[in-house]
Amino acid sequence: MRAPLSWLREYVELPAEVTGRDVAAAFTAAGLEVESVERTGAGLTGPLVVGHVLAVEELTEFKKPIRYCQVDVGDANGTGEPQNIICGARNFAVGDKVVVILPGGELPGGFTISSRKTYGRVSEGMICSASELGTSDDHDGIIVLPPEYEPGTDAVELLELVDEILDISVNPDRGYCLSLRGLAREAAIAFDLPLRDPALLDVPVPNGEGHPVEVADRAACDRFVARTVTGVRPDADSPVWLRRRLEKAGMRSISLAVDITNYVMLELGQPLHAYDRARLDGPIGVRRAEPGEKLTTLDGVRRTLHPEDLVITDGRGPIGLAGVMGGAETEISSAAAGTTATSDVVIEAAHFAPRDIARTARRHKLSSEASRRFERGVDPEAAAAAAQRAVDLLVLLGGGTADPGVTHVSSVATPRTVLMPATHPGRVAGVDYDRETVVRRLQSIGCDVYGSDELTVTVPTWRSDILAPNDLAEEVIRLEGYAHLPSTLPRPPAGRGLTETQRLRRRTGRALAGAGYVEAPSYPFISARALTDLGIPEGDARLRTMTLANPLSVEEPELRTTLLPGLLATLRRNDRRGSHDLALFESGTVFLPTGEEPAPVRPGVSGRPTDEELAELDAALPHQPRHVAVALSGDRAAAGWWGEGRPADWADAVQAARVVAAQAATELEVTSAQHAPFHPGRCAALYVTVEGERVLVGHAGELHPRVVKALSLPERACAMELDLDLVEAAGSGPLRAPRVSAFPVATQDLALVVDRSVPAAAVERVLRDAAGELLESLDLFDVYTGEQIEPGRKSLACTLRLRATDRTLTAEEVTAVREAVVAAAGEKLGAVLRGA
Amino acid sequence: MSAPNKSYDPVEVEALKAETIDRAREDALSAIAAADSLDALREVKAAHSGDRSPLALANREIGALPPKARAEAGKRVGQARGAVSKALAARQERLEEERDERVLVEEAVDVSLPYDRVRPGARHPLTTLMDRIEDIFTAMGYEVAEGPELEADWFNFDALNIGPDHPARTTQDTFFVRPAGGGEVGPDDAGLVLRTHTSPVQIRSLLDREPPVYVVCPGRVFRTDELDATHTPVFHQVELLAVDEGLTMADLKGTLDHMVRSLFGEGMETRLRPDHFPFTEPSAEMDMVCYVCRGASVGNPDRPCRTCSSEGWIELGGCGMVNPRVLTACGVDPERYSGFAFGFGIERLLMFRHNVEDMRDMVEGDVRFTRPFGMEI
Repeated sequence: MRAPLSWLREYVELPAEVTGRDVAAAFTAAGLEVESVERTGAGLTGPLVVGHVLAVEELTEFKKPIRYCQVDVGDANGTGEPQNIICGARNFAVGDKVVVILPGGELPGGFTISSRKTYGRVSEGMICSASELGTSDDHDGIIVLPPEYEPGTDAVELLELVDEILDISVNPDRGYCLSLRGLAREAAIAFDLPLRDPALLDVPVPNGEGHPVEVADRAACDRFVARTVTGVRPDADSPVWLRRRLEKAGMRSISLAVDITNYVMLELGQPLHAYDRARLDGPIGVRRAEPGEKLTTLDGVRRTLHPEDLVITDGRGPIGLAGVMGGAETEISSAAAGTTATSDVVIEAAHFAPRDIARTARRHKLSSEASRRFERGVDPEAAAAAAQRAVDLLVLLGGGTADPGVTHVSSVATPRTVLMPATHPGRVAGVDYDRETVVRRLQSIGCDVYGSDELTVTVPTWRSDILAPNDLAEEVIRLEGYAHLPSTLPRPPAGRGLTETQRLRRRTGRALAGAGYVEAPSYPFISARALTDLGIPEGDARLRTMTLANPLSVEEPELRTTLLPGLLATLRRNDRRGSHDLALFESGTVFLPTGEEPAPVRPGVSGRPTDEELAELDAALPHQPRHVAVALSGDRAAAGWWGEGRPADWADAVQAARVVAAQAATELEVTSAQHAPFHPGRCAALYVTVEGERVLVGHAGELHPRVVKALSLPERACAMELDLDLVEAAGSGPLRAPRVSAFPVATQDLALVVDRSVPAAAVERVLRDAAGELLESLDLFDVYTGEQIEPGRKSLACTLRLRATDRTLTAEEVTAVREAVVAAAGEKLGAVLRGA
Repeated sequence: MSAPNKSYDPVEVEALKAETIDRAREDALSAIAAADSLDALREVKAAHSGDRSPLALANREIGALPPKARAEAGKRVGQARGAVSKALAARQERLEEERDERVLVEEAVDVSLPYDRVRPGARHPLTTLMDRIEDIFTAMGYEVAEGPELEADWFNFDALNIGPDHPARTTQDTFFVRPAGGGEVGPDDAGLVLRTHTSPVQIRSLLDREPPVYVVCPGRVFRTDELDATHTPVFHQVELLAVDEGLTMADLKGTLDHMVRSLFGEGMETRLRPDHFPFTEPSAEMDMVCYVCRGASVGNPDRPCRTCSSEGWIELGGCGMVNPRVLTACGVDPERYSGFAFGFGIERLLMFRHNVEDMRDMVEGDVRFTRPFGMEI
């Protein structure tokens, strides 16, 4: 809402020294968001006067047509002689009244006017356009004024050029501030001045003589005022003051009748519609649209109506979308538009239910000045006054006659009252407001207040947002000033800090970062193609996605079922930007629907939903576990002056999973697997054990070369992804501290030859079991395949460190362990000692 | 006690002659002086003070002397050995010094060489900033509460007093999930949405717990804004909810003041301006003193502040007293309990706390942006 300060002053006598910034500060403190205060006419100095174009000489010898004009500026130039002025614009004619700046004047932007020679003539001033005067960005050419102004009249005052305009973003609860009337009320309160309410007009009593109106849906339209003005002069134009006010408020001048309806809407907040009576076919009706009905709205769009749309009709059918936009067929025309000019005008001032207007506006993606106001609540009691104001202006400015007929369809509405203890605002604020303060503040916004301790507050008709004691409390507190609220701290009960899950998440992030991974969260939006590019086969649960109805990109409407598409895209982006040695991680939610989720329910809000309803709400949601993923490429250990680098490989990816598992105090069982998007020979399945059950938690390894190619990733890129929630479930409780023995260690090195297909993890498990409790640690330090080993076999070399907590082990004890280990490996895995 | 030695070997006695000992001593001292390396000194030491050295052998013979001669020979041998040992130590120290001067200089390296073989990783600054905020509130006794990112719209809207026709429902630019059966989502249909704020977690917290409830709700939220320098469709919020008996707007203000001081240092404060949100009544917009200029740029064209556009205040987010209708929808008696809530965007906070100029830097996952933030913020 753009509010010129000069207009505001019409209803509140603000002291002359109060500036737009002062009003903006007061509005901000009262809860109106002032986006800007625009100063118009800043830097403009006269003489700027009305000029009468007496003669025009067309100069044709230049690249563009130029006019040499003689302009009567009255006595403004001191001589009374016409001024000779060169002008490049062409949208005026001899006899027109224009705006002239004379030598010595200065236009906004520091452009000083002087007599000067140009295009072979002396030009004594300039004929001004709206953009040169800084009043409008339209480059329509120069301003042509209505003929009634005398040459030489001061145009700075005439055009109200010097002003300040507040641009206010109005919240949904403050519909009344979409009018000068409402803003003036706030200004009057803020500056403690009386308000001259422009809606306090004498209105005639309704009678049966007005244009007939039939309202079929009284719930959706509880008020409809129709007034008629006959004999409006077809050539009547909007006067300058009216056009200027509309312009400052950000609206264009269209025709007198339309300008008046807009003006009254800005002034009183009541949207109006003006009909050409000659084009109306019988009574005006208000009803719901019928299926399939069509309407071409004023914006020229032909719309198919929805049975819930509220429409204005006449004998032919819909002529307007109620409260949103009129139809083209009954549009008010003007002489300038080249059609038969209107002479009889029917004014509609109606009140519609916010919900219906909001739905229609949303349905047709059509937001108008009218719909914005109706959605936020319009004062139903202002309709009659607004119609009267429009009639008065049409009579005054259009030479029309007010028809005595007054149609007034209305449902009786009882004013809303809210009961509130006088102490309530203070209890909400944490400040002691006395009763007098509370009552005074509520009265200032237009409430009637009765009662002493328990207040009965009658809410003004323009405050449809006030429904409950807290709404009243807010009014009192904001007007007393949020700035005066004290600062105190509540005392919550003693807390327990983060949960184990939250700690684990932080620990996981720190551990991965400590291992060199950089966190890179990505958006959850993916394309179906992203999953097929990963080589995920038909039937895989990861292909069962949820889809957004209104995605940002039609390419990426799916919600991720795996973190990898996003993380790998980040890997590629980094690589393309020149960072090639990459280790990234992401921890985030994935969305795993079963496809069997029921549609959610919608419980009421008048009390806690039942447990069944809550269960149904949760059942509608897909499983949303937290996953952790890493992606690697390039060197894991960089090359440098110290020597070669070490490329990241599948083993780093598996190790990242182990790092995560260690944070959850569990161990992973790692087996080889074939799983997209991984290299079939370099893919690890990761398992944990939860209550004796072996649970698959994720995969790690090198990416399949085809995936690398499809996604344009760096060669040999690797990745890991696991379900952190499942890993957490496998975690053991508090760690049992190890016993540290001070007795000497006995070290045994073994090289065992097994089939290549035997996983190292299996060998380790057998060795550990066989070694028993004397085993302190077991380290695999070499894997050998080659000439010295028979084909199809491999040698695993490891070190067993044996130690007892209570004695030095004897050579016999050590040998016994070694023999037991070798025997077990031979028996269970077909292993033989290398060289044996 | 053994009997005194009556017989002695003349050869051995020779070894204990004064001039023999003196000569051995002189030989040793000159050999020590002549040793020009630690290796040479080691040989000299073995020859002149080792087990087979003349002085060691002489020492062994002292017991063979008649008692009368023993004292004198003992004294002479002892002094000789002491002198040799002292000379050895001195020479050892001298040669080590020489070696240090020479060899350790030769072994010098350029310690300024970089050694980032495995470059350090980092957590994302949005994560660590949320951690930090969580820590502020857990220290006050709050719990950290979480909820699903994909939510039933009852939690995201209805329970928060945003009915099906509330303008906020459209102005919040919501991502809707296509129903399983396909088709359009009508205004009266219940559906699933990507949560537009973390407020549904407040609702879940009120449903899960008996008051008093003090929770802080961090998380990712979603709105249909295109990514540009100042917008992102996926961003992070931290919201706070306190529901207890007798909570006031003054408590809200104090909690906000405490938070900005914890994050930005002493002297920081907040300002409340009336605003409107369906889920709070009264509602307010909260500003904090500009972290960069601390208000010095206001009305001072010579010192413009880009962070606050020379306003002196930075908009943090929305807050207010929990609307009693929200409490009712969660089964909490609004006659008995009141509450306050606030919420703000972490991206914005990161932008001005760390001078980030472009939202995309926080979104694209470029390691050059994230790495310097390390583990904590």
